[in-house]
Parts: sequence; structure tokens; C-alpha cells
Amino acid sequence: MRPFTYERAKDAQAAVKAAAETPNAKFLAGGTNLLDLMKLEIEHPAHLIDVGRLPMAAIEDTSDGGLRIGAMATNSHLAADARVRARYPVLTQAIVAGGSGQLRNKATTGGNLLQRTRCAYFYDTTKPCNKRAPGSGCGALEGLNRNSAIFGASHACIATHPSDMAVAMAALDATVETLSPSGAARSFPVIELHRLPGETPEVETHLVPGELITAVVLPPAPQDSRGGSGQVYRKVRDRASYAAGLAAVAVAGGKIALGAVAHKPWRAAEAEAALAAGASPQEAIGRELDQAADNGRNAFKINLVRRLVPAALADAGEQGRGA
Amino acid sequence: MSSVIDWEATPNPVKENKAGNIGKPVDRYEGPLKVTGTAPYAYEVEPPSPPAYGVMVSAPIACGKITAVDTAAAEASPGVMLVWTYRNAPAQGPRPARYDFFTPSPRPALESDRIYYFGQQVALVVADTLENAQAGAALVKLSFEADDAQAVTFDDHFDEAVDPPGEKDVEIGDFEKAFAAAPVKVDDVWRTPLQNHCQMEPCATTAWWDGDQLTVHTSVQMVRFAQNSLAETLMMPHKSVRLLTRYVGGGFGGKGSFYEDLVLASLAARELTRPVKVAFTRQQMMHGTVHRPATEQRVRLGATPDGRLTAMSLMTVTHCDRRGNFTEHASNFARNLYAAPNRLTGHRLVRLDLPVASAMRAPGEASGTLSLEVAMDELAEKLGMDPVELRILNEPESDPETGKPFSIRQLVRCMREGAQLFGWDRRNPRPGQVRDGRWQVGMGMAAAIRGNFLLPAKASFTVDAEGVITVKQGMTDIGTGTYTVLAQIAAETLGVPLGDVRVEIGDSELPPAPGSGGQFGAATAGSAALDAGMNLRKAIAELAVSDPASPLSGGQADQVTFQDGVIAIANRSERLSELIRRNRPEGLTADGEVRPAADAAKWSSHTYGAHFVEVGVDTVTGEVRTRRMLGVFAAGRILNWKTARSQLTGGMIWGVASALTEGNAVDPRYGSLINQDLASYLVPVQADIGALDAIMLDEVDDKANPMGIKGVGELGISGAGAAVANAIYNACGVRVRDYPITPDKLLAALTAT
Amino acid sequence: MKTTITVNGEARALDLDPRTTLLDALREHLRLTGSKKGCDHGQCGACTVLVNGVRINSCLSLAVMHDGDQVTTIEGIGTPDRLHPMQVAFLTEDAFQCGYCTPGQICSAIGMLGEVAQNWPSQETAELTGKITLTDDELRERMSGNICRCSAYPQIVAAIKSAAGELA
Repeated sequence: MRPFTYERAKDAQAAVKAAAETPNAKFLAGGTNLLDLMKLEIEHPAHLIDVGRLPMAAIEDTSDGGLRIGAMATNSHLAADARVRARYPVLTQAIVAGGSGQLRNKATTGGNLLQRTRCAYFYDTTKPCNKRAPGSGCGALEGLNRNSAIFGASHACIATHPSDMAVAMAALDATVETLSPSGAARSFPVIELHRLPGETPEVETHLVPGELITAVVLPPAPQDSRGGSGQVYRKVRDRASYAAGLAAVAVAGGKIALGAVAHKPWRAAEAEAALAAGASPQEAIGRELDQAADNGRNAFKINLVRRLVPAALADAGEQGRGA
Repeated sequence: MSSVIDWEATPNPVKENKAGNIGKPVDRYEGPLKVTGTAPYAYEVEPPSPPAYGVMVSAPIACGKITAVDTAAAEASPGVMLVWTYRNAPAQGPRPARYDFFTPSPRPALESDRIYYFGQQVALVVADTLENAQAGAALVKLSFEADDAQAVTFDDHFDEAVDPPGEKDVEIGDFEKAFAAAPVKVDDVWRTPLQNHCQMEPCATTAWWDGDQLTVHTSVQMVRFAQNSLAETLMMPHKSVRLLTRYVGGGFGGKGSFYEDLVLASLAARELTRPVKVAFTRQQMMHGTVHRPATEQRVRLGATPDGRLTAMSLMTVTHCDRRGNFTEHASNFARNLYAAPNRLTGHRLVRLDLPVASAMRAPGEASGTLSLEVAMDELAEKLGMDPVELRILNEPESDPETGKPFSIRQLVRCMREGAQLFGWDRRNPRPGQVRDGRWQVGMGMAAAIRGNFLLPAKASFTVDAEGVITVKQGMTDIGTGTYTVLAQIAAETLGVPLGDVRVEIGDSELPPAPGSGGQFGAATAGSAALDAGMNLRKAIAELAVSDPASPLSGGQADQVTFQDGVIAIANRSERLSELIRRNRPEGLTADGEVRPAADAAKWSSHTYGAHFVEVGVDTVTGEVRTRRMLGVFAAGRILNWKTARSQLTGGMIWGVASALTEGNAVDPRYGSLINQDLASYLVPVQADIGALDAIMLDEVDDKANPMGIKGVGELGISGAGAAVANAIYNACGVRVRDYPITPDKLLAALTAT
Repeated sequence: MKTTITVNGEARALDLDPRTTLLDALREHLRLTGSKKGCDHGQCGACTVLVNGVRINSCLSLAVMHDGDQVTTIEGIGTPDRLHPMQVAFLTEDAFQCGYCTPGQICSAIGMLGEVAQNWPSQETAELTGKITLTDDELRERMSGNICRCSAYPQIVAAIKSAAGELA
């Protein structure tokens, strides 16, 4: 790693102030993604602001029956929370499908949202990567891109967002709350947090420099159109655990979000609309996949999603009926 | 002169096993150290003074040269003490044109501006702390020029494939004619990928000098080979190098050689006159250490309608690196497995500008059984025969190519017992008939075979005044259980409690043994140990009968018994420790050795087994899970049922990995491997493995070595992956012949039908 | 940068390069080499230690992040003269071969049992709102963050089950 200075933030205001005032500063929460990248010098902040011990780990009921999740709540605590398990099981299922027990114990809600791609060409610093080194090209485009995006990619970047948790949050219509260096707080849907790569894949979110995620808010638990609350998370991967997904789907109250298929969690809006209009699951996902494009080695993902989503909807439907 | 006839005819304490140490499932000798984290691996050994830390820099091109070197920033970086490239690395012994893994020879590091493979080590930075060394290494600026032409893809260079040096195809009868005429045929091609060993412990060395004496703690499988090669690299006498490798965090063939950490740590320690330690990063392990090369295998089987093989062929194309010679002999085992009058096996080798290819667990069988054992399954289906019965029908009475008698072969029994224990008769021979929720369930089986080898080795045994026996051997324990079985052999041979045995291995100052590999370790090291033990018994007996103060005085030396630490002739006895205390308080030592028998070549000697596995296939997603798996093995006398079982189940899981998850691939634009860490190169995790067990038949192979044991380290992997592939077919009716059988490939096959 | 971490019950005052990972602080500075570096990127679990009773990958944490924390390493779990029941079970069941992943397996298993005791769910948990039972499938899933290339997986399962019974 390159040398850096380190401070432990006193409070959230001090953290964002320090981030705004210190050149090349980054927030450090669990560190399970940032430190991974710093060891490879893909990230090289000059200053780390440790926000991991800020009193932002609580998970609280909101007045409308939802849940406010502090950004510093660990993945394990969030997944284990009794309210999440009872009312938002898709979120628990998504979290426990990611990483390992050890990683989930350290990773935070905010950090999980902001984790970066696992694309092999991003990680290999000898290869061209517009995300890591803007303008250098995309090593994956003509490469071994088996696990690249099928939605929303560009010729500049075909990487996927690896989070499972974010996919469930997208399906649950979660909201992200942040604190800006100006001192202002804002909130916006989680689905608007991440960007598609476009021409600037190095810009991964809509956060401004120094903006700190403080909480994720879940609306009241979803009901699907049949009055059940069918939620399901299914992740397909090359081994049974501790591996990136080839494709994942979160279903919650008629909402469908896909993971490992795009630069951000992919709300399958076309499929949702088709379902709401009475289409079969197969027709619905087919509609969504009309926008899908492969990169030479990942066409199987299109087929996989086509099969996975109806199966997940069926699982969710069964769960809903049983509720 | 060793002779098999002698081995068979001569009783010895291991065969007699009076105290019952042989076979006993005792806990590992070094177990308490390993479970408490107190066994020091190479990077953890405490040097005589605080070490400096070395970090290597690796080449980002596959084939070409270094054109510019700028180390100014690295040298100026905080804490950096030394920056070497080919320009200023110390002179070393010259590398021979071709090298093998048994003849010590120099392996200079940073030797020239020439790049031979992606990931080759091209610089060393040494600093006062690890963090400073890592940061310094990142500041080394090297420019490279890639050659216009580089050959990195197997497929594109098949036409350049040649016979491996010194080898020719082996043909018996007239294969082409018999195959053409065969009423029932199988003719298919399988591909196995490049594989990496992924030992949990990356290669590492701690080195320090005392005058002109070098001590290195490293992680290698072959002590003498590494010691002598290091000495020749450093252009110093062999005996001035002491190499220790007491605890090795996994080898699997990948540490059969040694790497730049050993050479560079030694050189840097000499330069800086302080201890230096160097470790590979996990990423550097993937390119910078050896790998199992990919293969393409064509199997052709011709049979009569009643299932007799008339023609059998397995032809393998594989690759190795430019300067290397290694051939993944996937076709070899086919020469010993089934009877067929017309046979053709052979290999072709393509040289590529890739990292170094070498042995990885069960080289040959691990790859070759993935094709032939599936082809047999295909043949069984075409014939409407049970796969077990097909194999039994084609069981040879003697070696099918050489005609030599088998030393012992119980393959049929392995298959029959395995079938019975596993419930094989519950299998529905028609694919795709059994469902369990989201899973389609199937069963598959395959045969296992692996060669049995014995190499020359030495050992010494010492008894001290406490009656403690110390075994000394320059052997290694790479997780194989060497420490433990040597202790058991010593306890049984000298008639002392296991707690009174000490084992010292992994040290070049100890009597040499060839090391761990080819599942020859226990047999080779153990046979030498037995000989040393027998010689110590003789020496003790002679001492006792000629010691007037001993109750055994005047007796006949060959009548002395050894039991519970007591030596006796009839009812005259005394404690062994007493005899030694009186006569040799400094200890009494005897040496021993084993040599391969001159007449061993008269027999065909292998280990055998049979795998049975049940899988679930999710036909929606293409995911596969192994639900239960059983291996039944015949591997001679078992020294320790507990550790042997672990070796076998470990091998079986490697087979599952080969079938389902494991493999690497080359990006042809760069000649680099796409999977460069443990997140992308997928070895099985705990959740991938369902109920899995291994059973060993009670067997002795007196022709193998004086103890009648054989190896088990590699047998488990042979055939295991094929059994999984066959189970997948039984579950869902498709075959994927391009390993590993990942969800995308299985889905493509499922949706194509 | 100064930091004080209680390691195996003993407060250790350290002055470290902030880049020093918790793993390297333990191995290189405190010479507690029981925790292992298998990949240094959180991909294998060989570096697993317990921080305030919770298992983490010590390679993906900075030592300075742990000021005031209680860290338990394999050295604090047991010694050859005083083995923890989990260590005894690993010995008895032969739940290791080369031994390099073993300290991480043991620390992880102890942490994992704590998680089960707190009723935390895993990917294997079908009934999320119920009480977790440590079935074989649950155990395997929860231990999947510890890679063993020697593939002692069946033996590790047997050892943890045996020790879990002991420790219950």
C-alpha cells in the first residue's frame, strides 16, 4: 500500500468535513473492499477517515412501519435482525448469500453498497481498464468476459456490481440517506445510487466527493398483488458458497431486481410492468431480456436469467401463499 | 541387492505388527503443534536477528524482454535497502538448457532481460518492513517489449504438437483396423483445463548466513533436490547449505521444485548480512509457480455387442513451457486398466510461451481418467450394460500390455463392494428419471488406478538413555502424515510406546530421502526407516548379549525380543533404556536404506479403487451438487487408517473440483491466466461437499516394498471427477466433455437437447 | 501510529505503520504466527481471528482500526499443554493435513458456534424466523469461508460437530 494518514472520525459531521478538506481522503468502514483494493494499489487514498465506530449502526423502526438501517450496521447484524427476517426476508437471504461469515461480520451496510466490481481486468493492474485507469481501454470487452454485464454496459466498461444486498434493497424500494460536506442531508432511492458506466465507468455512484451514506431506509414490508408477501432471493454461482454470482434475482412484492448482470442492481422494470399487465413470468422476463446484450462469452447469462426469474417468482408465489 | 522375493519372504516387525502400531488410527504426531498454531512454517521461523522483508515484482508480458529499468523511485522509497533486477542481481550458476525435477541444477533468478512467461519474477525489493517493501516494489519501473509472435493458446498450435522427447506411441495389435470393424463404438474428445495447485501456504523462505554457511527455512517437497540446486545456483558447496522444510503448508506437486523466493532470500541475506524473508503473494503463486497443463484427449473404444473391448485408444495432446519438458501423461494409465487386444495410446506435446508446467496431484491419471472413465460409461449405455459389469467383463488377468503378473489387484472387489455399500442397484439406468425437489438426481461410478513407486532413500534411528527412539530423515510431510507413520514404524520396530518416539524430518543434514510426490513418500521413506529400525534392533541385541551387566548377556542376538520398551530373551529381560544408559549414554545410532528391487519390474504394481457418487442437478440453473460419495480403495497395507482415509477423501474432493469448479484459462492477447486469486480460481468450499467417505480394503502388497504398503496420496483423485460427470449424465441426460462442468456449459447442453 | 489492542487477554501497546494489517501486526510485530496468510485478500479465511468474540479476516483490517478491541488468536484458544475442546476434536477427527488453514478453521468454528448460539441465519436456513439448528448443511455453509485445499472437509465437519456437542 502507499502511505496514508489515518484518523478516527468523532462524528458524522466531522467525518464529512475532513473528507471535504483533505485531498484524496476516503471513508473507511469495515474495510473489506477498500483494503483489498489498497493492497493492489487500485485505491490509494492519502488519508483514511475511519467511520466504523460512529454511532450509526442501529436498526430502528420508522414511524410508517419501515426500518431505518444505520450505515455502520454490519451485514451480519442486518441479516440477523428479527424484523428483517420476519418482514424483509429477501434482504436477509441476499446478505447471507454474499461473502463469508467472516466478511459479513466486518462489512457494513454503507460499504456493501459502495463495493467495487470484481472484474478480473479491473483487478489485474497490468491490463487496460477504463474504470481503474480512465482512457486505457476495457480489457474485458474482447477478453474472457464470462461474468460481465448483459444490461446497461458500454464499450467503455462491461463490469457488474457484485453486491447481493443492494439487489434486495433495490427490489424493496429502499432509500439511501446521506450527509454532504455542506452539512446538508439528502435521501434518494437506492436504485439511483449507482450509475451505469457510460463513458465514465470510473464514476460509479451519484455521491459527491466527501458525501457519507448514513442510513438505508426500508419502506413498510411489501405486499404482492395477491396479498401475500412473497420474497425470494436466488443466486446462481459456480460453487455452493463464497463466490461471486453468475446471476441473482430478488423478488419482493411484485418487484424484481437482478444482480451480477449490470453495473448496478438492475430493476427489471419491463418485466414488472408486464407481470402487472398479466403476462406470464416467462413472457415478462423475456420482455426485459429484449434489452440484454452479450459480450461474446456471457450469452449464457441471458438464458440463465430467462430461466431463473420464473423459478424465483414461483418460489416467491409459494411463499406468499403460505404467509 | 533388494529383491521382491526377499521382501516377500522376510518377516519384519511391520508385517508382524505385534504391538498393533501399524494401521492404528493414531492422531498425527505433529498435530498438537498444528492445531495450536505453534508449528512454524517457512515465513514464521524465528531467525537469529530481525529479518528484512523481500517482495518480488513480476513480468506483465508473456514473451519478450525488459527494455528499460528505472529503480530510482524504489530505491529512494522509505526503508528500502536493496533493489535488484537482472542488471544488478548477483552472479549465479547458469541454468541448464533443459531441466528436470530430479537432477539438481542451478535455477538463477533475475538472470537476464528475457521474459519467458507472464508473471516471471523480474525484480526484488528488500526493506526494513513488509509494508515498505511492498510499497517499494510498486515503484519499480520496468519497460517491456513483447515479442511479435507469442504462442499461448493450446488450440492454435496443435499442428506443432510433437512426440514428447524420447517417447513413442504404444500400439498393441492393430488398433485402427479393429476399431473400424467394431460393432459398437465410442469416439469422443474431452478437454481438461490448466489447473493450479493453490496450496494454502504460498511459497516462502527465511534465510540467514553464519560466515559462509547458509541456513534456509523454506517450503518444498524435496529436500536434497532443493538444497543441492540452491547450492549450485549460489555456486557454493552443497554442504554449506542447510535447508529446512519441517512444515509445508501443502505441496501437491507444486512445491516439488523450488522458486525465486529461495534463491533471492539467500542472496539478499548474504548481501545485507542480515536475515531476509521473501514470500510469494497468492497472485504470484498463480503464474509464478508450476501448473498442471491443459489436455485434449480423444478416446476411442470398440466393443462386441456383449461388451468385450476389442479396441481401446486414448491419445492426449498437452502443452508445456518453452524451456521445459513436462508431459501430462494422461494416456499412460490406460495401458494398465482394461483388457483389449488392440490398443493405441500416446501423447503429443505443444510448447507454449506460458508459465512452467509440471506435476500436480496424480499427474496423468487425474486428467486421463476424466475421459476414459466417462467413455466407458458411454459404452455401457450403448451396450445396455451396467457400468460396473462392463468393467468387470474387461478385467485383465495380467497387465494388458506387458503381460506381467499383477503384484495384487482387487479392482473388481473395490467395484463390487462399493456398489453394494452405496446402493448402486437403486440407480435408474435411464437418465433424468429421479427428482428431489428442484434437483434431478443421478448416480455415477468410475474406476481408480494410480501407479506405485519406490525410490532409493536413507534413514537413521537413534536410541538414547531414556529409551527414546529418534527417527531422522531428510523427508517431508506436506500434510501426508509422514511424521506420524514414521513414528508408528519406529514404535513397532523397536517395541517402544509411541510416546517414546521422536521424528525429525525436513532437514538437509538428515539422511536423504527423495521427498513427497507420486504417492511414493510413505513407502519410500517408511521402507528406509524400517531398515534403519531393523539395523538398530540388531545393534541393540548385539550390545545386550555382549554386555556382562545385561541379563541377556551370553544369549543369542537373533532371539532378542522388543516389547513395551523392554528387551528380552525368554524370561531374561531389562529395559532398553537401562542397556543404553549403561553402555551408550550418548546414544546408539543405526542407519538404513531402501533401494528399488532389481526384480520389481517383473510385476505390474498399482493401487486401485472405485468411486460412487450421487449428484443433484438443478436443470433450471445448471448448478450441480454432490450429495454423497463413496470411494473403496485397495492400496496395500495401511500404516494409519485415519490419515490414509484423509488422504483418500482429500483426493476425492480434488476429483470433484476437477469435474465441477476448478480450472484456469489463458487470455490469448496477453498470455496471462484469467484467474489470479482464490476468489476467481474456484477450489471447493465446505458447502460443495456432501457426505463423503473412503474405505480401504484389507490388503497387503508384499511385492511393493518390505512393508507391503503402497501410497494413497493420489489414488483418491483418479477417477473421482469422471464418477461425478457420469452421475450428472444419469441425473439429466447430458454430457459435458469440457471440464469443469460449470453451470453455463451444462445449461448450454441442456437447452440444446 | 500508536494503538493498544488486547491480544489473548494481554494489553499490547503498539506503534505501527498505519498500513499494517491486523494479521501482520499479529504475525510480524507480536510474533504470534499462528494466524496464517493464505491470500491476504479475504478470500481464504486462513487469517481468521476473533475480535470481541466475532470472527473476521484479519488480513482485511488495519491494526489501527482495533484500538481498544479484544483480539483472540489461535494462541489464545489453547496450547499443546492445554488444548481447547475444538483443538482436541480436530486432532481426534484428523481435521487437518498440512495444517496451514487449521488455526483459521478453529477460530472460525468457535466464532461460528457463537453465531449459531445467537440464532444468526445462513444461506442454508430455510425457516428464517425460527430457531437455528446446526444441521450438517448449516455447518458446511457457515464454514465455507475457510478454504482447505488438503480438502479435510468431511473431517472438519466431524470435528466441529463433536466439539459443539462438548461445548454445548
